[in-house]
Amino acid sequence: MTLDLEHREALPRHDNQNPDLFGQTPSQTVGPYFHYGLPWKGGADLLGQSEIGPRLDLVPPEHFVLNNAHGSGMPQGEAIEIKGVVLDADGAPVPDAMIEIWQANAAGRYNGDADMREDVPLDPHFIGFGRAAASAEGIYHFRTVRPGRVPGPGNTLQAPHVAVSVFGRGLLKRLATRLYFADGEGLDMDPILSLVPETRRHTLLAQKRDDGAWWFPIHLSGAHETVFFDL
Amino acid sequence: MNGLLQFAREDRGFPPSLFPDYRATVARSPREALVHMPQTLTEVTGPGPVWDKLMGPAIHDLTTQHKGAPLGQRIIVFGRVLDENARPVPNTIVEVWQANAAGRYIHRKDDWDAPIDPNFTGAGHVISDAEGNYRFISIRPGAYPWGNHKNAWRPAHIHFSLLGPAFATRLVTQMYFPDDPLIDIDPIANAVPLPYRDRMVSQLDMATTTPNWALAYRFDIVLRGKNQTPFEE
Ligand SMILES: [Fe+3]
Repeated sequence: MTLDLEHREALPRHDNQNPDLFGQTPSQTVGPYFHYGLPWKGGADLLGQSEIGPRLDLVPPEHFVLNNAHGSGMPQGEAIEIKGVVLDADGAPVPDAMIEIWQANAAGRYNGDADMREDVPLDPHFIGFGRAAASAEGIYHFRTVRPGRVPGPGNTLQAPHVAVSVFGRGLLKRLATRLYFADGEGLDMDPILSLVPETRRHTLLAQKRDDGAWWFPIHLSGAHETVFFDL
Repeated sequence: MNGLLQFAREDRGFPPSLFPDYRATVARSPREALVHMPQTLTEVTGPGPVWDKLMGPAIHDLTTQHKGAPLGQRIIVFGRVLDENARPVPNTIVEVWQANAAGRYIHRKDDWDAPIDPNFTGAGHVISDAEGNYRFISIRPGAYPWGNHKNAWRPAHIHFSLLGPAFATRLVTQMYFPDDPLIDIDPIANAVPLPYRDRMVSQLDMATTTPNWALAYRFDIVLRGKNQTPFEE
C-alpha cells in the first residue's frame, strides 16, 4: 500500500471554506422540534427561583438532558413578570415559538464584556439572558427584574427596555423586537422608539395587567403586526 | 456616531422571512418593513463567559448519554466559530439538536413512523475554545418526511444555535451533509440562494476522520463581524 493512498482526500462537492464563498452562515428555522435541545429548566426565570422555560410535556423525561440553571441569590431591583402570546397573521396562537430576552440589570448595566462602564454596578446574581418555549396556547412567561436605563447614541439615555428575539417553526430567521414598559421613564425621548412610526409604537409597549404581569403580545403579522427591527 | 463599533448587518446570503415554498412562512412573517436602527449598547453586548451558570456543563458526546450505544453511523462534527473577518469567536455556546439515524426526533409531536432509539436523545452543547474550535460526537441523522407538500423530505441535518458575542450576532442555522441530493429540492435550504446555500453544507474531513471509529464532518460557522464603518445618523 502506498503512503499516497492513506493520505487521499475526498474532493469537496460543497465547501463552506471556499474563500470565494466565505461569509456569514445563513439563518435557518428552529423547526418544530427544538424543545429537547434549547429551552433549559429555569431558562425563563432570570431570578433563578423556579424551573420555568422548557416544555416538559413535549419530551420524554429520560430524554430531557438540558441542565437546570442554578440561581445564586436574588438579584437587586424590582422583580417583575413578563407574559405574552405569540400570534400569526390570522390571530392564531403559535405554540411552537421560542422567545429569548437580553436586558440590563436594575442599575442599567449589561453583564457582558462589551459594557465596560465601571461607574454602574454589576449584579453578581443577575446575567440578563433568558429563553422560554411558548405553551400550547402560544403563551410565553419570564420572571426577571425591571431593567435600569442604559445610554443610547450620542448623549441620549434610552428608556428601560428588554431586547427580544422570536424564533419558531416557519421563521427562517430570528425576528428582533424590543419591549418597553408603558409607564417607563423617557419613552418620549427614546432614540430607538423615535425611529418607529408613531402609529406603530404601541406594539412595543408592555401593559401592566391586573395580575401584576407585564403583557407583551407578539403579532408576527396581521393588522396589529409588532414592530421588528433591522439591527 | 455613538462611539460604539457596530456589527455588520446580515449579508446577502440570509433568507427572507417570507418564502412561500416553505408554507409555514406565509402566516408567520412580517409584512411591514423592518425598522432600521443603530446598534446601541443593548445590541452590541451579550452574556459574558457565564454559559455554565445558565446551561450547565458541556455535553459533547451525544452517543454516551444513555445505557447503550445509539444505532447508526458514528460521526465527529467539528469546526470553528469565526466572524466574517475570519477572526475566531472564542467562549461562545454552540448548541445542537438532531433526529436519530432513522430520521425521528425524540419529541412527542414527531409522529413519523420511524423507530425511536432509546439510547439517543440528540441534544448537546459545547463552548468554543480560544481559537473558536468546537467538536461533537454524534450519529448521522436520517432524512425525514414533513407535511409541506406532497412527498416532501428534509435533507439530513443538524440544528445549530449560536449566540456569539452580542445580541446582534445571534444565529440559528442547520448543517447539511455534502453527499445529500435532497438539499437542492428542500424549501427551507432553498430559501437561501446559491451560492450562499453551500455555506450550510459541511465537508467530509479525512484528516479528522478516525480509522475504524467515525467519519468526520467539518462545519465552520461564520457570525457577523465588527464593522469598521460607524452607523450614519
Ligand atoms: Fe429538523
